[in-house]
Amino acid sequence: MAKVGVLIEIENGEVKETEFSVLTAACGDGGNEVFAIVTPENTDAAASVLAEYGANKIVHVVSQGGDIKVSPDLEARVLAEAVKKFELDMLLGLASAKGRDLFARMAAFMDVPLVSDCTGIDLDTKTVRKSHFSGKTVATLKLESELFLCTIRPNAIEARKTPVQTQTVIFEALAADPGLTKIIDVKESAGGNVDLTEASIIITGGRPIDSSENYKMLDECAAQLGESTAVGASRAAVDAGFAPHSMQVGQTGKTVSPKLYIGCGLSGSVQHFAGMKTSKVIVAINTDKDAPIFAKCDYGIIADMFDVVPMLTQVLKEQGE
Amino acid sequence: MQIYVCVKHVPDTAANIKITGNDSFDDTTCKFVINPYDEYGLEEAVQLVEKQGQGEVVAVTVGKEAAMASIRSAMALGAHRGILVKTDSQFLSSTLTARALKAAIEQDGAPDIIFTGKGSVDTEGFQTQYRLAAAMDMAVVNEVVDLKIDNGQAIVEKEIGSGSREVLKMKLPCVIGATKGLNIPRYPKFPDIMKAKKKPVKETDIASLGLESLPDRVELLNLEAMPERSDAKMLEGDVKETVTELIRILKEDQKVL
Repeated sequence: MAKVGVLIEIENGEVKETEFSVLTAACGDGGNEVFAIVTPENTDAAASVLAEYGANKIVHVVSQGGDIKVSPDLEARVLAEAVKKFELDMLLGLASAKGRDLFARMAAFMDVPLVSDCTGIDLDTKTVRKSHFSGKTVATLKLESELFLCTIRPNAIEARKTPVQTQTVIFEALAADPGLTKIIDVKESAGGNVDLTEASIIITGGRPIDSSENYKMLDECAAQLGESTAVGASRAAVDAGFAPHSMQVGQTGKTVSPKLYIGCGLSGSVQHFAGMKTSKVIVAINTDKDAPIFAKCDYGIIADMFDVVPMLTQVLKEQGE
Repeated sequence: MQIYVCVKHVPDTAANIKITGNDSFDDTTCKFVINPYDEYGLEEAVQLVEKQGQGEVVAVTVGKEAAMASIRSAMALGAHRGILVKTDSQFLSSTLTARALKAAIEQDGAPDIIFTGKGSVDTEGFQTQYRLAAAMDMAVVNEVVDLKIDNGQAIVEKEIGSGSREVLKMKLPCVIGATKGLNIPRYPKFPDIMKAKKKPVKETDIASLGLESLPDRVELLNLEAMPERSDAKMLEGDVKETVTELIRILKEDQKVL
């Protein structure tokens, strides 16, 4: 039996949906003791949902050494202290913007191994699977260490409910802030609320979208596709100035793994696929019947996105009413 | 300013990776390049020195003999010198890489800033810069899209979530992991490529750095090609009918809507 910690990220007062698959990974075949690690702001609402996904213990970590919200180094040290205190064998988290940074900080501070952005994990054999060479190959790695850290690609593992009785403990961490980095401001974006890397559905517009205004067409469709839908852009569209870099999917942009990926006007370059190849279902819409994307998708429509996307929006709307 | 830029010699993202045996690939037939994210760090370093009119940019790599090509590319893009720490593995652990970088940099000089890319596109570990910073007792921020140097401090921005940005402050010397958005890397011009051939490169064997031996804590068991999709189902006909059929498939067959 292993003691497995999961760092829980909370957004707008609720546990991020993408965390459920991380909890599922932590449960393994059962028999592991699962510790959900949360920081104090993130409390009450979380308990019942964490219990539903198998958290045996909820650890509220309270920092006595300063404000973890402004010091990523302090946050890493506080979590490292919790890992030691509860004698965890491993700590899992999301390969989200926060997870990517925090886990690497922890791994460096604690001098323990970290495998980033895993797409599969087997806790019994201590093996993980992850992409190598931009999604062209899959590596299987064995962790030869008493304690290790892993971040998991959002949506890569299917979440499964395994309700348990849960117990809440409070842990007061004493770690001091090394005073290395300080967050002095957060600039909120005016854009959509759904983070591309964690969206369960993504609709992406390529270069043929031709203007930034035309992304509204994708926004409208996204609104009908469901709450957890984000709009993406190809590198060509970003480089042409139609969309900000934060929307770019693929090499030099974001790596995503939604359950549904709808590519509109994408050619299907190797670099784009590097960022979305592990999506569950890929739909391609392109006027060019010879576009490489049609050889690498699940469903293809040879047509103009300016015809297909508004129709998709309309039919979804009609069906929803 | 004394700036070190860590670059990695990696297979081109468009290159075909031919797997040999269980856990290796044929590195003699595929094209290698500077890790694309490292180019943003390199460009930023070169611009900082150009703006100040003084200072030095040193490109450092830990890699096989062939990694000399990436050092030369970095020098064609504006680095003044290079350091090549030679090893015989493409899959060196991030901990050992960080220790080798630290030793090579400290032997060479006193950095004001160390740039890296946000991660490498070969092993996608995303952690060497953090381990380097911890070993050197420096601050680190990764995935940086904006940098200002002011009065011995670096003010950086990084993207978090859906386009929002965090602004962080740290003292120099520090480690900065660069990504797209920080700048637009230049293309090398022919005269720069010629000049780069004459710039000095220090070559060191990793064994001569006196690093503590380190057990491999992560073992590569297997490397295999990522399964490719094939035989896409093409939907044809009237747009409304096609779209209605697509929605039916996504809802009923695939259960993703």
